[in-house]
Amino acid sequence: MTATIERPATTASAPSTTTTLTMAGAINAGLRAAMDRDPKVLLMGEDIGALGGVFRVTDGLHKDFGDDRVMDTPLAESGIVGTAIGMAMRGYRSVIEIQFDGFIFPAYDQITTQLAKMHYRSQGQITLPIVIRVPFAGGIGAVEHHSESPEALFAHTAGLRIVSPATPQDAYDLIQQSIACPDPVMFFEPKARYWDKGEVDTARVSAQLDAADGQSAGTAEMAKARVAREGADVTLVAYGPTVRLALQAAEVAAKDGTDVEVIDLRSISPLDSGAVVASAKRTGRVVVVHEAPTSFGSGAELSARVTEQAFFHLHAPVLRVGGFHTPYPGATYEHDYLPSLDRVLDAVDRVIQH
Amino acid sequence: MDVGGPLSEEGLVQLLTPAGERIGNEQFDPFAAHLSAHDLRAFWRDMTVLRSWDLEATSLQRQGELGLWVQSLGQEAAQIGSGHALREPDFVFPSYREHGVALTRDVDLVEILRIFRGLQHGAWNPADHGFHLYSLVIGTHALHATGYAMALDRDGLVASGDPDKDGAVVAYFGDGATSQGDVSEAMVFAAVNNAPVVFFVQNNQFAISEPATRQSRVPIADRGKGFGIPSVRVDGNDVIACHAVTRWALEHARSGQGPVLIEAFTYRMGAHTTSDDPTRYRSKAQDEHWRERDPIARLDAHLTRSGELDEQFRAQVAAECKALGERTRTTVRGWTKPPTTTMFDHVYALPHATVEAERAWFERYESSFADVEATR
Repeated sequence: MTATIERPATTASAPSTTTTLTMAGAINAGLRAAMDRDPKVLLMGEDIGALGGVFRVTDGLHKDFGDDRVMDTPLAESGIVGTAIGMAMRGYRSVIEIQFDGFIFPAYDQITTQLAKMHYRSQGQITLPIVIRVPFAGGIGAVEHHSESPEALFAHTAGLRIVSPATPQDAYDLIQQSIACPDPVMFFEPKARYWDKGEVDTARVSAQLDAADGQSAGTAEMAKARVAREGADVTLVAYGPTVRLALQAAEVAAKDGTDVEVIDLRSISPLDSGAVVASAKRTGRVVVVHEAPTSFGSGAELSARVTEQAFFHLHAPVLRVGGFHTPYPGATYEHDYLPSLDRVLDAVDRVIQH
Repeated sequence: MDVGGPLSEEGLVQLLTPAGERIGNEQFDPFAAHLSAHDLRAFWRDMTVLRSWDLEATSLQRQGELGLWVQSLGQEAAQIGSGHALREPDFVFPSYREHGVALTRDVDLVEILRIFRGLQHGAWNPADHGFHLYSLVIGTHALHATGYAMALDRDGLVASGDPDKDGAVVAYFGDGATSQGDVSEAMVFAAVNNAPVVFFVQNNQFAISEPATRQSRVPIADRGKGFGIPSVRVDGNDVIACHAVTRWALEHARSGQGPVLIEAFTYRMGAHTTSDDPTRYRSKAQDEHWRERDPIARLDAHLTRSGELDEQFRAQVAAECKALGERTRTTVRGWTKPPTTTMFDHVYALPHATVEAERAWFERYESSFADVEATR
């Protein structure tokens, strides 16, 4: 399984389709492109209309698409997901914004017992192409319920796909591929990365999704991890908010002579463990870093798969760096709670020393 | 047995008394005026067939052919009366006891039993019948119904100027469901979006063992007022009243006037399911009181009195019941377990690596026994 996404080099004669965007701007542009592509795409959420969302991710979309396509909903998360399911049964593709990670739980029932299972229950007669956008993870000094990483709770449920972008380019591509996907997709947006800037090629994903097999191609690509940095000594796996941290750790480790490979998973369900196993077979050392609690987290699953599939290639146990088995603490503690550069480098040292 | 609150029999719309006498009602008579003797016989036929088949399914469960059965016994009038008020463009979101409504939407009753034999979780194509799959998590589907209704409105199929094109949605649920947050949220979304949805509550007085007084201190219909949703209480054992009230509500919704809440006050004459034991929580006297208000007996008395139910028709329906019973028994006993790997089908619409890997592993595991079998 290849872990890279082919991006054709821009030729000198073609007009430039690359622009610099923040991650929030890239999601906004991706939503706009998806709404232009398909009139059945609707946005639903709290304060996403005139306000443009509390993070302004939907800024300007209500003005341009109107009440019918950008719906400020009652303040009821279960209601938003449940009504989106009913609308999907008549062909609408709702993109839901859950205001903050910790507010998704009123919708947990609709997501896990209904959204995830309707296709199975109906033997494939009902598809629910709904995207649930969740600004998640911490690092912004917020109050309780505004910094959590609940992705593993959803990854445990069959029927859902789960992705998390780490770059503006992936945010732009993944949001559109998620919307085109016939399955429900949970789209976890690392809110602390909303204002990071990056180059975004806007043409490639449009060409992909406009093609006849766009849905399948987009969904297949969504499921692939990305090698964010090549290296030979240690495989450092991250996604969403921790990819930047992993890359920083790799830079520091390089000064000490340790060549770290960074894999950005991009997708939690499915989990591209093939990409990680292939890397583990080369490096023999794996560290997984995420903000969610390590206990029963995505890192635990990945660790199990690497152990099952690359056991005799490993020089050290797979280590996890992540949140603790505590509620997300008050903001004054969060930099101790969250994986830090020191904690990631400590884990890298431990797998090297082992 | 009028104890007030949600068990009160005050304010129920009734067009047929328990003795089978047709009585007038200024508001709802116009919505029953179209019913001919032929139509009423058809109601009687459906209710009779439904009950006979329901008892057949109970027997099959007792014989071990079904894992569980959920009876609709006693709720025939509420379901058949309201179901026949629906038209082709309408769409139903049932709970899991709405076999009578399924019958009115041309779902083959026998197919429903696939669910209860553990073959599959859904047994018909909702789009073919305007009848969604059963929802087992109480109240969840009230939101799906509301969303579907919002989409009908968006699609220009409400108050379009062509009444034949207009549609509405009915969500069926029970008194217990009204305590679920999803049902309240559905009423909020329906109200603020003026969605063409009718919330049809069969208040059968019990949520398994809990009486409706554990769910509410006022009649269920009173809940509507707070949401700004017009509400009606109807005698749920009166098939004519259930039909007329639902017909009124659907016209209200289809013509763009928004949602309606109907509370059909009825009685679950059977157990919650075949796993339940109602003798632990209700009295024989209570059962007897409601047996005297049997919904089929009521229509039977009315039609017999007016001379519209002759022996020939009774015999014809009895034969139909017998034939359906035989077909039910034969079909159910003939169902075999599909190949185990079909368990992995339809988890996702497009391939998902985890499911594919586990399916492949399972196939290898299963086939590993083939060698053993072959060498025996």
